[in-house]
Amino acid sequence: MTVVPSHSARASTRSKVKRIVIALLFASLCGGVEAAFIQVDAGVYRPIYSNEPEQPVAAFLLEEAQVTNEEFLQFVTENPRWQRSKASKLFVDERYLANWTDDLTPGVNAPLNHPVTQVSWFAARAYAQWKGARLPTLAEWEWAASASEDRADSRGDTNFLARILAWYGRPASTGTQPVRSVYKNFWGAWDMHGQIWEWVEDFNSALVTGESRNDSALEGGLFCGSGAAGAADVEDYAAFMRFAFRSSLKARYSTSALGFRCARDLPADLKEPTQ
Amino acid sequence: MKEQRTKRTTRHFHRIALALSAVFLAAAGASAAELPREEAVLTHAPNVPPPITRRTPAKVVINLEVKEHIAELAPGVEYTFWTFGGQVPGPFMRIREGDEVEFHLHNNPDNKLPHNIDLHAVTGPGGGAAASFTAPGRSSQFSFKALKPGLYVYHCATAPVGMHIANGMYGLILVEPEFGLPPVDHEYYLMQGEFYTEGEYGTPGLQTFSMNKALDERPDYVVFNGSVGSLTGDNAIHAKTGETVRLYVGNGGPNLISSFHVIGEIFDTVHIEGGDRLNANVQTTLVPAGGSAIVEFFCDAPGTLTLVDHSIFRAFNKGALGMLKVEGEPNLTVFSGKQHDSVYLPEGREPPSDNGHALVRTDREPTLTEQKRAGELVYKQTCFACHQASGQGIPSVFPPLANSDYLNADPERAVAYVIFGRQGPITVNGVDYNQIMTPQNLNNEQIADVVTYVLNTWGNKKGRISATRVQEIRDGGPEPFGAGIHAE
Repeated sequence: MTVVPSHSARASTRSKVKRIVIALLFASLCGGVEAAFIQVDAGVYRPIYSNEPEQPVAAFLLEEAQVTNEEFLQFVTENPRWQRSKASKLFVDERYLANWTDDLTPGVNAPLNHPVTQVSWFAARAYAQWKGARLPTLAEWEWAASASEDRADSRGDTNFLARILAWYGRPASTGTQPVRSVYKNFWGAWDMHGQIWEWVEDFNSALVTGESRNDSALEGGLFCGSGAAGAADVEDYAAFMRFAFRSSLKARYSTSALGFRCARDLPADLKEPTQ
Repeated sequence: MKEQRTKRTTRHFHRIALALSAVFLAAAGASAAELPREEAVLTHAPNVPPPITRRTPAKVVINLEVKEHIAELAPGVEYTFWTFGGQVPGPFMRIREGDEVEFHLHNNPDNKLPHNIDLHAVTGPGGGAAASFTAPGRSSQFSFKALKPGLYVYHCATAPVGMHIANGMYGLILVEPEFGLPPVDHEYYLMQGEFYTEGEYGTPGLQTFSMNKALDERPDYVVFNGSVGSLTGDNAIHAKTGETVRLYVGNGGPNLISSFHVIGEIFDTVHIEGGDRLNANVQTTLVPAGGSAIVEFFCDAPGTLTLVDHSIFRAFNKGALGMLKVEGEPNLTVFSGKQHDSVYLPEGREPPSDNGHALVRTDREPTLTEQKRAGELVYKQTCFACHQASGQGIPSVFPPLANSDYLNADPERAVAYVIFGRQGPITVNGVDYNQIMTPQNLNNEQIADVVTYVLNTWGNKKGRISATRVQEIRDGGPEPFGAGIHAE
C-alpha cells in the first residue's frame, strides 16, 4: 500500500461532501455544457531547478476534464470575435483552430467530445473568463498533475514517470481521444497526462524572473548539460519536457497537441481552516 | 555654458557613431548582396551530396524539417524516432569554408515537442540551439558563417538533451576546405548511434525509450544509419576494385564512443576527429560521441568488407554492422581466398552429438505466424551471413535456401544439419557445393522456427517443423541424415 502524504489525509468525509456540493454548484451555473470542478487540496510545487524555492499551493478548484471542442464551439458561437476567421492575429497564429472545418463546425478532425487543441493562450484565457473561471497557475497545474490514481504526490514513483514519458514519446499525429479516457487521478482530475499538453496562466514563468540579466542564463541552462546540474530531480525527464515545451511557446501560438482546462479559487466559505 | 559644450560634444559623437555604423551596415549589406544564393543539396544516408565546385563563398540556404514518427529499428521492432528530415541520421549537409548559411528549422505541426539544432560547425552560443528553438508547427531562422573546415556533428539540444539525441536527432555537416577535398570514386555517409529500449534486443513490437538504460549507458541497440540492417544485404554500399572510397563517419551517441573498423581493409588516410590532421595506415579509429572521422581507402581486392564498431559485441549482437561490397577480378597476390579447408579436432574430442536435452518448449504450441516471425529473427542473426538476406546463398560457396530442391526434398535433413552440422559435397539446384556447415548453437524451438520460416519463404514448399520433432531428430543422432562433421 502506498503512503498518502499528510496533507491529503485530511481528505475527510467532510471534504468529499464539499466536493459534491461544488460539482453541483457549478453544474447549475454552467447550463447546457457540463463543466465539473473538483477540489485539489493544498500542497507544494517543487520547481525543476533546485536553487528555486518550493512554492506552497493553496487549495483550489480544477476542471475535471479538458475543455472539449463542443464547449469551445459554444464559446465561439457566443463570442464571434474568437471565431477562426475573425480572431485578431495579435492573439492567435495561423494555426488557430485550423483543424476545424470552418468557424462554427469542428468537423471530422475535431470530434465534439475530444479536447479542443490548436488554441492560443489568449483564446484559452478568454474562454476561462467567459466561464467565470481562470487558467490554473503553473504551480497549481504541476501540483495537481503530480497525483497518480491513488497518490496525491507520485513524484519519484518511477512507474508513473515511465507512463508519462511513454506518452511524451508518441507523436501527436496519433491523435486525441475523447476527454475522460486515460486515467482519473487522486483528486478526480482526468487525463492530466496522456492526452495533450495544457496551457497554464504563467506558462513562460520558468524562464522569466523579471530580472532580465538572469533570464538569459536560465534559458541557456535549458539547452545544455548545465540545465541538469541544477535540477531538483535529474530523473524527472517528463518535467524537463513540459518546461521545454512551455518555454518554446508564445501566447499567440497554437499547436496540435495543446489544449487547456479551467481553474477557480476555492470559495472562501469552503476553505479548510488553517492548521 | 559648460553644460552646453558637453551637449554639443555628445551630439558630435552621436553623429560620428551614426556615420560609422552606416558605413559598416553598408559594407555588411554589400558583401551579403554580392554572395550568390543557393539552396543546399541534402541527401539521406548513405548518400553524400556532390563535391562543391565553386571556389568562392556563397549564401547557402538550408531547410530542415523535424518529424517525430514511428519506423523500424530492427526486423519486427518499431520505435518512435525523432528525426531531422524524416530519417536517422538526419540529412548530410555540404557547404564550403567561408560560406554564409541561412538556416531554416521547421517543426512539423504533427509533432508533440519543441526542437532545435546545435551545429558543431557554428561558432556562436549553443551552436544555434537557442536561436533555433521552435514550437511544433513553427519555423525558425538563423544565420552563421562557416569559419573552419571539417566534418561536424549536428544534433537537437532541447531539454532533455540526452533523450532528443537518443531518439535519433543527429546528422553530419561537412564544411569543405577552401580548395576542396581530393577527388575519390565513392563517398558514403555513415553514422553510428545507440538506442535504449524497454524490451531487450529483438523484442518485437513498438518499443519505448528506457530512461534507466540510457542513464546506465546500457543500450540494446548500437546501429549504423538508424536501424539494424540499414547497410547490409540489399542496402550494402558498393565499389569496384581499383577505386578509392571515402567514408564520412559520425557518431551521434548519445553515450558510446565508436571503435570504427572495416574488416578486411586498412585505412590509407584518416582525418582524425574530422579535422585537418591526417593519419596514415590505420586499422581502427575512434569516433567520439558528438564527433566524426573521415576515412579513405583504396580497394585492392574484391569481396564484402564488413563495417563494424570493433567494440565487437555491439557489431554482432546489437546491430553495428554494415557491408561494402567490392566487385572486380580477384588479385590472388593481395589475397588468395581459402586455399585449404578441413576440420581440426584435437585427439580424443568427438564432434558434438547430444546437447539438446531439456530443450523442448513446455508451454503451448506456437502458431505458424509466430514461428515464422521468430524464425526470421533467428535467420537474420544466425544464418544470413552465409545463406544471405534473401536465401540466395553465394554461388559455389554457400548453397541457396531460396527455391531449393535439396531443402524441399527433405526438410528434416535440414534440421539435422543445423543440429549436427554437415560436411561433404552436395548438389543444390544443379550446382555443386563442398563446404562445411558447423553445428549451430540453437535450441529446439529456435531450430523449429527458423526451418519453418525458410520453408515458408522464397518459393519453398511450405510446411512446419515442431520443437518436439527437432528433439526427436536430435535424439536420433546424425547418422540417419548423413549429417555431422568429422576429422580428416
